[in-house]
Amino acid sequence: MADPSRPSPVPGPGAGFAFMGLGASLLAAGSYLGLFVAPRESYMGDVYRIMYAHVPTAWNTMLAFTFAFGAALAFLLSANFKWDARHEAAVEVGVVMAGLLCLQGSIWARPTWGVWWDWDPRLTTTAVMFFAFVGILALRRFVEDPVKRATWSAVATIIAYADVPIVYYSVRWWNSLHQMQSSPETVSAVFVIPLRTNAFGVLFFMTGLITLRTRIASLRLRQEMAPPLPEPAPVLAPGAAR
Amino acid sequence: MSDIAALPPLSRSRTKWFAFGALAVAAAAFAFITVGGIGDNLVYYWGPTELVAAGDKAIGATIRLGGQVAKGSIQQARGSELSFAVSDGKATVNVRTKSVPPQLFREGIGVVVEGTMKRDGHFESQRLMVSHGNEYRAPASGEKPDMKKLIESTTGLGEAERSRKP
Repeated sequence: MADPSRPSPVPGPGAGFAFMGLGASLLAAGSYLGLFVAPRESYMGDVYRIMYAHVPTAWNTMLAFTFAFGAALAFLLSANFKWDARHEAAVEVGVVMAGLLCLQGSIWARPTWGVWWDWDPRLTTTAVMFFAFVGILALRRFVEDPVKRATWSAVATIIAYADVPIVYYSVRWWNSLHQMQSSPETVSAVFVIPLRTNAFGVLFFMTGLITLRTRIASLRLRQEMAPPLPEPAPVLAPGAAR
Repeated sequence: MSDIAALPPLSRSRTKWFAFGALAVAAAAFAFITVGGIGDNLVYYWGPTELVAAGDKAIGATIRLGGQVAKGSIQQARGSELSFAVSDGKATVNVRTKSVPPQLFREGIGVVVEGTMKRDGHFESQRLMVSHGNEYRAPASGEKPDMKKLIESTTGLGEAERSRKP
């Protein structure tokens, strides 16, 4: 490792943009297959096609929060602030994804279930997950000391993460309006290819966003933790002898 | 990026205990919700069997009833009123509603209705929701999926798809 008093430069944004580009290409291909090549669903007709956006978003939202959980744990165990930057990035991207997830679900629910929203176990636990992580973002904003901010929010993320497996299993444990998880056995093969393509598309796009957001967080942390600037030179009175 | 680690005066032994504490709280919360009694008290809807078994206790309260629309039970009666039976294979409850059914509403599909049980034994519903299962099927005939085109455009995945077929 180099001299710790002179930190190495934060890597550029190239990797993040590369991930986003790859994700966008996969999303374009998967969405084309899903919207124009795959047939309609027997009962739902064209409405089912929102599945190609909703299901990949759901999987990757859980992945984002799982990564946030891992990063929070890694920060507390290592006291290394690179994990705090990753934690901040994953929570923020995860919150955006969870918000999108609820919107997409609502749009799909209206024509199929007949309602925009209902307090069924899956929807309720997902809303709890969304607001818990929004709260963690707010907590990070309120705490100015970077050490306290990193520690407290990491603790909060670990506790909030308890809801994520409950979201996943809610449709199995309780009666719900939301359907259970699908599997390749319950989905026709022609639907599986566009679904998987979009799942990897969202995964890479999200990875790019988290990478870029981690970079921003690292740069900001470095600025916050930089040693204070030297005292400004005293202002000399005009005409004073030099 | 890794070097920002060296900057703050943070003791690892102290934050380590925060990790264990947080994990313990998370595990306790998870256990409380899953194996604790809370799960039994979280009821999104009752089945027809439970509703029939509850008898008079079910009358009057706003509840949800879930089950399948029984075959041959859908009737348009008295103007806009719709009536059908919700069944779970063992018991059946007759439902009356004035709400407009969603497009997917049909015999055999899952429904969740919100409303009250009336003294004469029917369920008066103000909110009718259709639940869709986890099955997504391409139409068996008619609109043929263009399998070849799908496989061409996703070469790697096509292999797995072909090998799965008997």
